[in-house]
Amino acid sequence: MNLEFFLLLAAALFCIGIYGLVTSRNAVKVLMSVELLLNAVNINLVAFSNFIDGQNINGQVFTVFVITIAAAEAAVGLAIILSIYRNRDTVDMEQFNLLKW
Amino acid sequence: MNLAEGVQLVSLIILSVMLLGSALGVVLFENIVYSAFTLCAVFISIAGLYILLNADFVSAAQILIYVGAVNVLILFAIMLVNKTEAFTPLPRRWIRKVSTAFVSLALFTLLATMVLQTNWAVDLTLPAPASSVETIGIHFFTDYLLPFELASILLLMALVGAVVLARKESFVGEETAIVGEDPPPVLELPERPKQPIA
Repeated sequence: MNLEFFLLLAAALFCIGIYGLVTSRNAVKVLMSVELLLNAVNINLVAFSNFIDGQNINGQVFTVFVITIAAAEAAVGLAIILSIYRNRDTVDMEQFNLLKW
Repeated sequence: MNLAEGVQLVSLIILSVMLLGSALGVVLFENIVYSAFTLCAVFISIAGLYILLNADFVSAAQILIYVGAVNVLILFAIMLVNKTEAFTPLPRRWIRKVSTAFVSLALFTLLATMVLQTNWAVDLTLPAPASSVETIGIHFFTDYLLPFELASILLLMALVGAVVLARKESFVGEETAIVGEDPPPVLELPERPKQPIA
């Protein structure tokens, strides 16, 4: 129950999120991996606020902002995926290659 | 170790195992619906960790927003793009997975080394505030007032943007029906063909 344990936990979650982000073939799974990344950052912030900043909990305020932004980004990201699905009839990330040279 | 510390330690171990197991489930399951439900388990275990870290308001907000809104949104999106297609298997895809796993492990080693070697200025003598909701509220209206207002504008932008992006396409200048001929075909969405009522 010390600070390093929570930081290691957050680092592990972040690395799992990066693996999911790069490896996923389904576009919705990519967005879920981004949620994992944001939650890892949130754990870091709350852990620091508890162990270092116990009185004025600035880390928790920051965490509420990150939760808000993550929810907004998930909504817009899924709207984009829905729009792509209507045009391309697939959610395979390998097929979204218009920007490839 | 007294009872409180014992309960804390056992809860911490259970929540950490649940968190890491569910996170691995999210990225490793082939079925996207299994991934979405394991993501729910990730969010709940993180909310439990927040309670262990004296962050009661953030824990409640996590469950309300992440489990209640974001996860449900993801499940609806999966339902709407639920084309049961088997992705064409790419040859030598294992190279990408192995190299990404290697990079992730290397990044984790780097972060773990940094975490374990830094001399953190931990100060456990400060008591947690009596009501974290009150302290967060005071912060929102004094120190962090501008980010608070900007966050509300950003939510408005996200709402308008999501509605504009996801609405049904309607084209101007479609031909109107002429009496006696077949009616023009109704616009169909790939998610669900339009069913005539009755």
